[in-house]
Amino acid sequence: MTKFEYAPAPESRAIVDIRSSYGLFVNGEFVDPVDGSMFKSVNPATEEVLAEISAAGAEDVDRAVQAARRAYERTWSKLSGRDRGKYLFRIARIIQERARELAVLESIDNGKPIRESRDVDIPLVAAHFFYYAGWADKLAWAGAGPDPRPYGVAGQVIPWNFPLLMLAWKIAPALAAGNAVVLKPAETTPLTALLFAEICQQADLPPGVVNIVTGAGDTGRALVEHPGVDKVAFTGSTEVGKQIARSVAGTTKKATLELGGKAANIVFDDAPIDQAVEGIVNGIFFNQGHVCCAGSRLLVQESVYDDVLGRLKRRLGTLRVGDPLDKNTDIGAINSADQLARIRELSEVGEAEGAERWSPECELPERGFWFPPTVFTGVSQAHRIAREEIFGPVLSVLTFRTPAEAVEKANNTPYGLSAGVWTDKGSRILSIAQQLRAGVVWANTFNRFDPTSPFGGYKESGYGREGGRHGLLAYLKGEH
Amino acid sequence: MAERLAVKKTYKLYVGGKFPRSESGRSYEVTDAKGRFLANAAWASRKDARDAVVAARKAVPGWSGATAYNRGQVLYRVAEVMEGRHAQFVDEVAAGEGLSRAKATAVVDESIDRWVWYAGWADKIAQVVGSSNPVAGPYFDFSVPEPTGVVAVLAPQRSSLLGLVSVLAPVVVGGNTAVLLASAERPLPAITLSEVLATSDVPGGVVNVLTGRLADTAPVLAAHMDVNAVDLAGAAGDADHARELELAAADNLKRVVRAPETEPDWLAEPGLERITAYLETKTVWHPVGV
Repeated sequence: MTKFEYAPAPESRAIVDIRSSYGLFVNGEFVDPVDGSMFKSVNPATEEVLAEISAAGAEDVDRAVQAARRAYERTWSKLSGRDRGKYLFRIARIIQERARELAVLESIDNGKPIRESRDVDIPLVAAHFFYYAGWADKLAWAGAGPDPRPYGVAGQVIPWNFPLLMLAWKIAPALAAGNAVVLKPAETTPLTALLFAEICQQADLPPGVVNIVTGAGDTGRALVEHPGVDKVAFTGSTEVGKQIARSVAGTTKKATLELGGKAANIVFDDAPIDQAVEGIVNGIFFNQGHVCCAGSRLLVQESVYDDVLGRLKRRLGTLRVGDPLDKNTDIGAINSADQLARIRELSEVGEAEGAERWSPECELPERGFWFPPTVFTGVSQAHRIAREEIFGPVLSVLTFRTPAEAVEKANNTPYGLSAGVWTDKGSRILSIAQQLRAGVVWANTFNRFDPTSPFGGYKESGYGREGGRHGLLAYLKGEH
Repeated sequence: MAERLAVKKTYKLYVGGKFPRSESGRSYEVTDAKGRFLANAAWASRKDARDAVVAARKAVPGWSGATAYNRGQVLYRVAEVMEGRHAQFVDEVAAGEGLSRAKATAVVDESIDRWVWYAGWADKIAQVVGSSNPVAGPYFDFSVPEPTGVVAVLAPQRSSLLGLVSVLAPVVVGGNTAVLLASAERPLPAITLSEVLATSDVPGGVVNVLTGRLADTAPVLAAHMDVNAVDLAGAAGDADHARELELAAADNLKRVVRAPETEPDWLAEPGLERITAYLETKTVWHPVGV
């Protein structure tokens, strides 16, 4: 299949105004770090330095937690649910008003295609705030007893793959439930969180209710381990998730963890193959594969293997890799040099262990961090590329003969975040969905998200749910 | 006529539906509240704990796959069979906990009633904590609770029957299987309960009961990679031990119900926390179209 030549259709970046340096957002204002240092945030598509960012030290984190505590005790916990909700509605509206600006900034800082930041990330961010805004004055119906209480101060640490969306998943339910928060965005993608801080100012949110401390792992550790934090919420790797589980052991801190995954995407022989191929592509190449619930293990029934692989490769030949701000781009930049190195390393291991590597012909830009969409066939369950989370645009293909074998292979992982099933048979969907040990099962679709829909993992993919009424309960003390 | 010589019972472990002795061959003396000899109980080893996990894992497909209606009936049957052993439980609770007969009777009554309460939840919990999710798109999206798998339960040390039932019933009602460490000093009601379970249509392996020292078996279970969750109720008041166990549990991210500072009043009305602590939420999406 030939790829049509499209003229570039770049989104203008004139709408964003990136400052040369940013302080920490503590108690409603931007402040310089007292014991931190500065680091640079770069555009992964060009390696251009975007801004100098403050790395919060332990003292900075302490000030932020104290600000949150004061705001919680003096203001936020005294406010009616109705007024808390109205602040959240305000924030949702400002996000909608500034949607284009947020989308462009997200693509610049993260490297994801503008098509995704504009059509997926930012609309979901606004929807999330809108959804939880409505819960703030209805907590007695949340299923945590007649008088549920917030925990107090929530310490939240989020990853770089969906920077503002993960912020929304954390902050919206926390505030609706009546907690104050200190949030640490990922060190490679702090800019939309800092713009969100400005949105909090625009919304006249009481100072200290939301605090944003930028920095890397040390800042996150200081936040999670701070004795003034009552509730810890983390999205990121299983390795760090386990460290957090250890650090809260023996304390009264409540933790919810949304961690890694190695999802099976199962295609049965009666599946609508063209739709399934779209689902496979969306499952693993959406957001450059930087998705914890990505469908990174394709399980294809043997009888349709050749057909599925043939169509999949043809489809991959039409994907456009390049400038994240180009509206035609399907696959953007890898978020960082470190992540690119990890993807390369695991791909090399895949080859060395005997799997066959394939990528469509595609020209990658010279500067920036890039990796072509890649498919490994002949993968066995013992291969590292079938067991470890690659967190990149790399698909491992395995086969199966019977439904029982598909389930066995799908569940053969310490992870349990998500899975996909493709078949025309309704009873088979329900049966397979029931047997999969995964928190989210997409049947004849993949990578769908909604604020009303609980999301989270089984086993080593973590505990607790985000989204829906279940996500609210993660921030409420009570009988549940 | 000479007084009849009583036939004394050997108290054993309960693993995989059978009553083995400890593979270690060890036992320990159990005394009543005043220190008088009651029985020799099996002193479970680390190997016994691992065997119990294997039995519990083997029982997961059958028990979690049973209908909720069936699980409810089985749990209700436990209450029925306990009722028939009422007097024996009163004797053991009175002796072990040093309670008057009247108080021991009240505890046994409540223990039986608690099974009835939990039995009723079997086919209702999914409607209370599950949901249909109104997503903004042409999809049918629903969330259902599912059992997390194998749960290690450290039963309370003081309340040897009511506390035990209060931590065990919420595990199994949701479709999980359990490895239970009985109160070290007051294990007899737990052993008698295992005899009740064996004759109540509870499939073998769904509940496994170990007696002995917490220090031997609890660390094995907390660190075991094929255990999905752990209830630390039995470590109440021992913050250091509880913390050690919680640290070990982090290795495979077990769901942890923490130990309270002191053992709670088990007569208080239970909530849903202990049921939901061992339930995962699964969300399923499907497109709506023709």
